[in-house]
Amino acid sequence: MHEYSIVQALMERVEAEAAARNATAVERVVVRIGELSGVEPELLHTAYLTFRERTICARAPLDISAVPAVWDCRDCGRTVERGGALRCQSCGGAARLREGDEILLERIEMEVA
Amino acid sequence: MCGTCGCGDPNVVPVDVHERILSGNERQAEHNRYHFFESGVLAVNVMGSPGAGKTAVLESTALALAGRRRIGALAGDLATDNDANRLEAAGIRARSITTGSACHLDAAMVHHALHHLAWSDLDYLFIENVGNLVCPAVYDLGQAANVVLLSITEGEDKPLKYPVMFNKADLVLITKVDLLPHMAEISVERIRASLARVMPDPRAIEISARSGQGLEAWLDWLFRQERAVTQGPLVAVAKE
Repeated sequence: MHEYSIVQALMERVEAEAAARNATAVERVVVRIGELSGVEPELLHTAYLTFRERTICARAPLDISAVPAVWDCRDCGRTVERGGALRCQSCGGAARLREGDEILLERIEMEVA
Repeated sequence: MCGTCGCGDPNVVPVDVHERILSGNERQAEHNRYHFFESGVLAVNVMGSPGAGKTAVLESTALALAGRRRIGALAGDLATDNDANRLEAAGIRARSITTGSACHLDAAMVHHALHHLAWSDLDYLFIENVGNLVCPAVYDLGQAANVVLLSITEGEDKPLKYPVMFNKADLVLITKVDLLPHMAEISVERIRASLARVMPDPRAIEISARSGQGLEAWLDWLFRQERAVTQGPLVAVAKE
């Protein structure tokens, strides 16, 4: 369960951004979590709800956009279909993860005085 | 007040951040990586389930390289110093990182432990992560390579169940292969086929710490990594 330590890092970042803008409250936090990032969105959400109490995020929902894994070929750039070996179906080249491993803080909506 | 209904409350401002949440850990990892590079130490993050054979493989590695390479280890464990004690007995300069309830090591824990281990004259530093196929995959420690152990008794589809971990592996050690004669239902080919579905460049060595099978191939792999560390791509690593 490393989602708690991810939320801890997330909250530190959000609090720093809020402080830099003299925000009075955070209204929404938006993150992007890749399918192959090693972070479980549901666990992340639960951890966030626990951590946000008595913080500047106390009433801010966490929006999680889940990013599916997309592979393409290192050699020819074509998309590599999922489910089989991670090799290009056209040229046989090795696949490369184009997206799906991100753990990103995208946006914070905050109330400023 | 109104951040949810879209009424356009002028006091609510959106701030685009677009930053990796673990960027703090990543900065610390780059700092560790620079230290390793500067001292010419090959740092390897060793991961795998509890009982996959991480400590046993490191013990036999140290015995095979005795007098040829200076080896150190940081052993992550929830509660005991047992692994570090075993590694010490095998001639490895070892230090425990007792994580308490944490299920993984992070770059700051490694950095802290480095202050308590004479490591800079080592050839290899193995960072034996907490036994876990999930969380350790998420945290860069500053290593040059990830090695994941998978024992044959764990099931051929383990890589499909834990794709993130195996996707991050530069090398998989398929361990305990001395047990294969007793386990007719286990096929190394099927393990390798599972690995090919989660690793674009599947590299795996079948190894037994007990019989010594595969040890030479594993040592060769380490020697190649060692050359890459002293001459290779890490030259581009910048000092933090």
